[in-house]
Amino acid sequence: MSAATAAAPQGNATLPGELSKRGQAGFWKRLFRHRMALVGFIFLCFIILAAFLAPVVSPYDPEAMQLTEARKPPSLQHPLGTDKLGRDTLTRVFVGGRVSILVALSAVAISTIIGTMLGLIAGYVGGWTDAIISRVTDIFMSFPLFVLLIMMVAMVGPSLLNVVLVLGFFGWMVLTRVVRSQVLMVMNEPYIEAARAAGASHLQILFRQVLPNSFVPIVVTATIGVANAMLSEAALSFLGLGVQPPTPSWGNMLNAAQSLQVLVNEPWVWIGPGAAIALTVLSINFVGDGLQDALDPHAGQ
Amino acid sequence: MGHFLLQRLFHGLTVVLGVSLLVFIAVELAPGDAVDAMMPPESASSEQAKEQMRERLGLNDPAPLRYVQWLGRVARVDLGYSLTSRQPVVDMVMTKVPSTLQLVGFALAMSVIIGVGTGILAAVKQYTWIDYLTTFMSFFWLSVPGFFLGLGMIYIFAVRLNWFPSFGASTAGANYPLFDRLHHLVLPGLTLALELAAALTRYTRASVLEVLHMDYLRTARAKGLTNRRVLTAHALRNALIPIVTVTAVRIPYLVGGAVIIETVFQWPGLGTLMLNASTQKDYPVVMGLALIITILVVASSFIADVAYSLIDPRIRVQ
Repeated sequence: MSAATAAAPQGNATLPGELSKRGQAGFWKRLFRHRMALVGFIFLCFIILAAFLAPVVSPYDPEAMQLTEARKPPSLQHPLGTDKLGRDTLTRVFVGGRVSILVALSAVAISTIIGTMLGLIAGYVGGWTDAIISRVTDIFMSFPLFVLLIMMVAMVGPSLLNVVLVLGFFGWMVLTRVVRSQVLMVMNEPYIEAARAAGASHLQILFRQVLPNSFVPIVVTATIGVANAMLSEAALSFLGLGVQPPTPSWGNMLNAAQSLQVLVNEPWVWIGPGAAIALTVLSINFVGDGLQDALDPHAGQ
Repeated sequence: MGHFLLQRLFHGLTVVLGVSLLVFIAVELAPGDAVDAMMPPESASSEQAKEQMRERLGLNDPAPLRYVQWLGRVARVDLGYSLTSRQPVVDMVMTKVPSTLQLVGFALAMSVIIGVGTGILAAVKQYTWIDYLTTFMSFFWLSVPGFFLGLGMIYIFAVRLNWFPSFGASTAGANYPLFDRLHHLVLPGLTLALELAAALTRYTRASVLEVLHMDYLRTARAKGLTNRRVLTAHALRNALIPIVTVTAVRIPYLVGGAVIIETVFQWPGLGTLMLNASTQKDYPVVMGLALIITILVVASSFIADVAYSLIDPRIRVQ
């Protein structure tokens, strides 16, 4: 986001003498950014593949206890060691990744639908409808969402489905704002006027003209949304309010590190899943940033 | 300016009201009967006793009426009693407010210093390795979950290096209480600060770069001012105005992050209380906490708005 705003004034304000130097530097900058997006994309492919193939490839059952093998440091048999129940940490990191990724994707699917609909309605209908939707969005964004998430999950009871629903139903705010402002922008375009003159109905204008032209910001916002949903799920599960054991998720694997014994003496149990979250979220953010540049014809000009 | 602040005050009030409604609905939707949680198991026998209790507590009234009644009690600073400890919720919450304010205040100050500092540096050194490094680092700190960072901090700086204490807000009977407090603040404060610092770095960089290409800066250079003078006297003053707003907008995230950081470092604040109350389904405490936290956040946003209107002359004229 800030990258785009930073890039915009660059091109306009370049003095003629500086053009070649700046242009070249801009090229390197774009290459750097896209290279990071590429690296992120490759890492994401790897982690998704590993997460979904883990049960096939790994000789270990992620949930089966084997107490004779408990608390073993990393070795050739167990590259990331074992936890207090003798379960292979690496296998659990991959299987936990599948859970974390699916939770984040489902939650974002829900919030993207809600956010897009609300944004379209607010921007297109305007007037009181817009005022109410915008004010409710403001309210949701003016207080700590995480406090609300904890409250909601505690009320409805922690479970995998409830985490998806709570994250989905409380994750639409940014997208609503983005889509609303995009709609307001698109509505001024001559082709909307033309469509209206040609006798298109409101629904036709919304879904054939406005929505396709809002595609880029929706995709970028949803991508960043996946990263944020993943962080929220991890935090909730870490607190014991998210995905419940024995099902592994990256967050609830880190829950074990709340015991000082594990934190100090068995770091392999928590460093693996923690690094997996950090790298995956970092990759998604880089891909989102790259998508912004790649899909938006106005940025980087 | 008066008009602007009045508008913001009204906005703050709607936020508090909106949150209170949301909290009320959440508790309404919660499974289980509130009466079950209030009666000791041995006497929770007869349906008749429960019905009497419901009637006495007004739980049989329609929901909108109960919401208004609840609001009335809240306005009289009565948040009810904890279901588990039987203490007044207001007292339980208020004793935890100072230590959370310390943590969040320290983190806010650190993140502004770190974030704005590196942001300016990255903008001035645009397209050098410093710029790339700060861009990468800000992406990185935005992606690392706070609780994982906290665990790492404890592992490295408390356990392995033994530089800082790993948990709590103070040591009983410390020789230098103030130093002891600060010593305890460093790790949780920094952990909480880094995410906001990363966000501020990116905004500051963008904002400074935008201002650097304004016409009035060319004028300032043309009249022979040194680069340093152009930067400090003209560019930064204007570039940093939007940063005040951005910081204010991020305050809710900072407080949300504090909840989890407090848990990791066993910091005796609102977050720890929130988590305990949530897992024990202590609804009055959870509702009270949500409300107090919202009021604190809204109040600090309002202070930021006042600061903003003082710095930005364009607002003052309105």
